[in-house]
Amino acid sequence: MKFPFKVKIEKRIEDLPKWMPLVTSLGAVLIAFIISGIVLYLIGSNPIRVFKYFFSAAFGSWGAFSDILVKATPLILIGLGCCLAFKMKIISIGAEGQFFMGAFFASLVVLVPLVPLDSPKVLVLSLMAVMGIIGGALYGLIPGLLKAYFNVNVIITTLMLNYVAVYWNNYWIFGKYSDLGFQMTPTFDKVAWLPRLADMAKEIPFFSGITLHLGVVFGLIAAVLIWLILKYSRWGYEITLIGDNPKAAEYAGINIKRNIILVMVVSGALAGLAGMSEVTGVVHRLQEEISSNYGFSGLIVAWLAKLNPFAVIPVAILFGGLIVAGREIQPSGLSFLIQGMILFLVISSDVLLRYKIRVTRREEEVV
Amino acid sequence: MNLEAILRAGLSTGTILIFATIGEIITERSGVMNLGVEGMMLIGAMVAFKVSHVTQNAWLGLLAGILAGGILSLAHGLVSIHFQADQTVSGLSLTFLGTGLALVLGEGLTGLNVPTIPDVDFPLLSSIPYIGRIFFTDFNLLVYIGYFLVPLSWYFIYKTRPGMHLRAVGEKPSAADSLGVNVYATRYLYTFVGGCLAGLAGASISIAISPGWYSSLTTSGQGWIAIALVIFARWNPVPAALGGYLFGMLRRFTLDLQGPMAILGFRNPFFYNHNLVFFLQMMPFLLTIIALLWGSGAARRKRKGAPSALGVPYIRGERGL
Repeated sequence: MKFPFKVKIEKRIEDLPKWMPLVTSLGAVLIAFIISGIVLYLIGSNPIRVFKYFFSAAFGSWGAFSDILVKATPLILIGLGCCLAFKMKIISIGAEGQFFMGAFFASLVVLVPLVPLDSPKVLVLSLMAVMGIIGGALYGLIPGLLKAYFNVNVIITTLMLNYVAVYWNNYWIFGKYSDLGFQMTPTFDKVAWLPRLADMAKEIPFFSGITLHLGVVFGLIAAVLIWLILKYSRWGYEITLIGDNPKAAEYAGINIKRNIILVMVVSGALAGLAGMSEVTGVVHRLQEEISSNYGFSGLIVAWLAKLNPFAVIPVAILFGGLIVAGREIQPSGLSFLIQGMILFLVISSDVLLRYKIRVTRREEEVV
Repeated sequence: MNLEAILRAGLSTGTILIFATIGEIITERSGVMNLGVEGMMLIGAMVAFKVSHVTQNAWLGLLAGILAGGILSLAHGLVSIHFQADQTVSGLSLTFLGTGLALVLGEGLTGLNVPTIPDVDFPLLSSIPYIGRIFFTDFNLLVYIGYFLVPLSWYFIYKTRPGMHLRAVGEKPSAADSLGVNVYATRYLYTFVGGCLAGLAGASISIAISPGWYSSLTTSGQGWIAIALVIFARWNPVPAALGGYLFGMLRRFTLDLQGPMAILGFRNPFFYNHNLVFFLQMMPFLLTIIALLWGSGAARRKRKGAPSALGVPYIRGERGL
């Protein structure tokens, strides 16, 4: 006897309902949690208890929520950079290295120091932001040039440069700028700290202990800017066109090489700014552990947000939650597992956006 | 600084890269690009180590590690062959997934002692003067398997009928399909084979060549170097093997460089300033970029490069490659 039903996959011809992408993404996240739960169960933990702890660790109090926003800040900036690059179908995974270089360049302002440390706070912090942007942008320029002029695979160059950046950073924090031989620089002077909500605790007691810092504002401004660029600017149009149809873009006279370099530089700059915001807003020194894998999580954030700059913000907050909760729970690789699962399910669920799956009875086929 | 020691270390640790690189070459030859090598290696390393610990049998561990890499690769196969998803991103997500799974399931394995694949002398060949001592004495068994795998995979790809089908599916799937080669099945099969070899690469770290489980540091980026080697070698196992052994030698060379106080009469800066070690550690990664630069230049000049259908999903009945 034959199986009475037939599964058919057909290409979608009509326009996609507006809610579809959102629903499939949410579904992917949900299924990722369920599968991770099953894995937890199989290794003998209690998934319900772990996830309960997970959410209370992440969203339990204002303090915890502010911690999440702090973690989301670099993810927003990096995710936006990834949006730009992915729109052009350039898969750069170099945000981690650009983040480190941004942090390093920004720290030079205080470590060298490039300005006297009794200068006004605004001057020091603006210079640090500029340096962070330059550091990240230069580090994005290298793979950009290699891709544009020598057609060298961006994925691998950016990944290799990530390792190089970590060693570069180590060289300085173990050596010249080390704090008494420890693997970190001395704590920065207060002048180089980004203002936090907790600084206003005297006036508004509610803010005491709230770690949220000015960096989140950088992220929000950047989101608006990237949205404007992609939606209204000529450059944004060129990026989208190159991504959708590079041949057509070439015939239209768009300079693809220049755009590759530009996109790599701008996404690098955003990651560099994220590095600056992290050392000045959170860590207040340069050390080996300044990134909780922000570069890679930022990439997943961009993909889950379907490359929409505004969607990056809530997704980054979700991932911030994963990182905060991941610090607290065992086994420690869990948040990594869930992130990987989410990305994997999101790209697999894309098939639902492009194709319809129809189940029909075999008899119908005959008639 | 002992050249013989460096050469032998290169042959030994290069084997890991060679397994992973040849696996990826076979997968990419079928038109599927799997960037998840690092994840598959890590899961292979963890499973091999764990099974070897539980069963106290290194051979079972090896087998389990190989299968673990293969099974994980099937996830990528499903998403990229049937769902026609973006293969780059799918491969990346496989790396995250493999890393996450390996970390969660490998919790508490660090520091355990497990049975390992033995070091052996190669029968007969080890008694050849000089050459026998360098190439065929006191290596891990898997190193010799690596020696065989290189010519074997070359022969398979270029000289056999299934090898020709493999290349046809990667170059022009529609033509292969019209000649009765099952494109989907071929791609699944070689994605699986590539995954198995990546799993073997991982297992050869954790239970054979440098035994131990050090969470994500076990592979420390070698999966990515393997992918770069594929491009450098222009999808041919023989240059890939040379590249793999060279990288292994380089790794040992940078370690040895820190030892002596003077090199050829010059003061050795790496001996006096230990922080310069970080620059030595950058070397494999910088050289990978240089190798890639060279590889893509050579590919352009010789018009020999990636399989034409690499990364392009095949949809039966639609126009395309």
